[in-house]
Amino acid sequence: MKTITIDPITRLEGHGKINIFLNEHGDVENAYLQIPELRGFEKFSEGRRAEDMPQITSRICGVCPVAHHIAAAKALDAAFHVEPPVAAMKLRELLYCGYIIYDHILHFYFLGGPDFVVGPEAPAAKRNILGVIEKAGLDVAKDVIKHRAYGQKVTAILGGKATHPVSGLPGGVSKGLNQDESKEIKDMVISCNRFAKFSLELFDDIVLKNKEYVNLIRSDSYTLKTYNMGLVDKNNKVNFYDGMIRVTDQDASEVEKFAVHEYTNHIAERVEEWSYMKFPYLKAVGWHGLTDGKKSGIYRVGPLGRLNAAEGMATPQAEKEYKRMYDTLGGKPVNSTLAFHWARLIELLYVTERAKELIEDPDITSTHIRNPVGTPGAGCGVVEAARGTLIHDYKLDKNGLIQKANLVVATTNNAGAITMSVRDAAKGVITKGNVNEGLLNKVEMAFRAYDPCFGCATHTLPGGMPLTVNIYDHKKNLTKTISQA
Amino acid sequence: MTTEKKKKDSAKKLKIALYWAASCGGCEIGMLDIDEKILDITAAADIVFWPVALDTKYKEVEAMDDHSIDVCFFNGGIRTSEHEHLAKLLRKKSKVLISFGACAVSGGVPGLANLSNREEVFKTVYLENPSIDNPQKILPKTKSDVKEGDLTLPEFYDIVKPLHQVVEVDYFLPGCPPPPWLIIDAFNAIVEGKLPPKGSVLAPLKSVCDECRFKLSEKKIDKVKRVYELEKIEEKCFLEQNVICLGPATRSGCRGRCMEANMPCTGCGGLLPNALDQGGSMISALASILGIEAEQGASDEEVDKLLEEVRDIVGTFYKYTLPASLINRKVMK
Repeated sequence: MKTITIDPITRLEGHGKINIFLNEHGDVENAYLQIPELRGFEKFSEGRRAEDMPQITSRICGVCPVAHHIAAAKALDAAFHVEPPVAAMKLRELLYCGYIIYDHILHFYFLGGPDFVVGPEAPAAKRNILGVIEKAGLDVAKDVIKHRAYGQKVTAILGGKATHPVSGLPGGVSKGLNQDESKEIKDMVISCNRFAKFSLELFDDIVLKNKEYVNLIRSDSYTLKTYNMGLVDKNNKVNFYDGMIRVTDQDASEVEKFAVHEYTNHIAERVEEWSYMKFPYLKAVGWHGLTDGKKSGIYRVGPLGRLNAAEGMATPQAEKEYKRMYDTLGGKPVNSTLAFHWARLIELLYVTERAKELIEDPDITSTHIRNPVGTPGAGCGVVEAARGTLIHDYKLDKNGLIQKANLVVATTNNAGAITMSVRDAAKGVITKGNVNEGLLNKVEMAFRAYDPCFGCATHTLPGGMPLTVNIYDHKKNLTKTISQA
Repeated sequence: MTTEKKKKDSAKKLKIALYWAASCGGCEIGMLDIDEKILDITAAADIVFWPVALDTKYKEVEAMDDHSIDVCFFNGGIRTSEHEHLAKLLRKKSKVLISFGACAVSGGVPGLANLSNREEVFKTVYLENPSIDNPQKILPKTKSDVKEGDLTLPEFYDIVKPLHQVVEVDYFLPGCPPPPWLIIDAFNAIVEGKLPPKGSVLAPLKSVCDECRFKLSEKKIDKVKRVYELEKIEEKCFLEQNVICLGPATRSGCRGRCMEANMPCTGCGGLLPNALDQGGSMISALASILGIEAEQGASDEEVDKLLEEVRDIVGTFYKYTLPASLINRKVMK
């Protein structure tokens, strides 16, 4: 049996590695996505001062530090038995909107965008932000840079700094907003709203009007029929900051809805000896290996998972776009992995509308931003990170030190689904031993849809993901190496 | 432009590499936050290796001539065998190696894992967490046989090491992440050939207190409060509010942004110049503040009492520097 190893692939937190096994006909027998990285946050959080957790856990990910920061602050609210003032919750949610703005802009324009804007099989040297600039024009590029910076700036105003914010505390936030800051943020979010609408138009023009792309989105190789999960508000609309965790099935029917502190009744994590990443699944359905369908407990989170798990968006412009996506792609749920990109832009529109609501709310400049804490105990916090549902679970001792910490991270929730998507894409494009450079990008596209974070740094630089495919014969001799030129 | 001329221009351009080891990606975002300045960098330099952005493979780096990379920015600590391999490889290929960000410089937050070892980390992460379903006690292995063949993973070491404990480092650029203005200064120094003597830290010599707009007055600190215990966070020095702030023991460059957001310094700028140990510096700073009103300084008992109130000495005083500190790990039986 031949093995194709893709190593290194660069991921959110370092590296990923894909191994594709071919059978004697040269068709794909199986594929594995391995995560060769572990830092052990859950262990070294033990003994730390509880109030340090928002800053310690933000170091899990420098691309989405705000998600961990806020999940931690919320877990501490619960653990210290304190409800933050209304203004504090709104300030946190506004901070959160700033983060989703910069993160989603990066994902679309630097990561996913090039595959569509320039083309999935365009030369590797063009399939990047420079290619996007070439095709969409320098004005668009400047707008992309400007609005990404706006998202960072909103986050920095509210959090102290954007990468590794500091303002989250049990019982509220350390910093409020003055009138000048409020005005500055309002101008920026209005501009971001225009940019979000422009981005959806761009997606229409470039992707949806191209039959070839639409066929690719709908193709079996990029389709996965898993359960979907996401936070929803009381009307079952998508919510990033708070709500109940809702799970829907392959018919878009609600199968579970629970508060975060009940998560261990609903989610379990499996360990495989070939990866440092754990594989969560729905307990009620069970783990039945890397397979989709109703009988497999594997679920998806992130933009498409969220939209599928909800009944709509809470703001008018985004709600309209939500309906349009489902009308276009044939109703709910949408199982096309590549539709994650579309869902991401709808969410971008939502957070700009939501940010505007928040900044126009009179509470936002309140100085009552923190409530006194109660006695330390145990608590869970949940948010929707850019990449999906994120849970922090802490147990504190009487001195307010961490005794136990458990973290169920967004990317981890998608572990099973990403592995399957890569396998299916590989099966779709590699047949009879034919492996070429074009294949690599199509395999990349299968998980780019989920995990766009490495794109954050592709700012102005050429190149796609660093992929090498090594083909070994059955005696494990290297027979061929293919790489992106 | 002719191909010849292009080649000539390209030969003159600096060659830069960037790599991340055990880190969070915040250093890459830090790079990005220099905004349009990155265009100047790409104009002055060719980036030959940046796994997060570019298509260069390990094999291609291996094929490069020794010392053919002018400057390599390396972020992240050394946690796995893969990180160590890349550190050694990039050292060999680079003329100048810059240890970039708190994790490379001193281990960073993930360096707190040196309070335990691999076995303990695995036990918590894969066996004990409340969401784990692992009755067969499966742990990740460096080599495993699946039915189709073999799969390998890099070795997860017992402890985290800062970059300079694995290879020789030429410069250090601290911060979590390094602030954009320090990155720009470093690039300007590289492009203009004005880097300071090897071994230098590319950040100001002063402490965070020197950059902070709140100044410590003659007030004595006699107890430790947690920041959430303050009824109101006041517009003044945190030490005066009895909250531990690492400002006196931390190198500046950050412009005091955490204090501007009403939170104390947690020490991400790392050691002060000439200091051996950040936590040690902080303890001696506390002792001197504690004894500010006493003729002979504070007694040992008073200092001990204060330290006990801190509750977590290691996590508070060594949040970013444990692997590079004098006692850099827990002793394992």
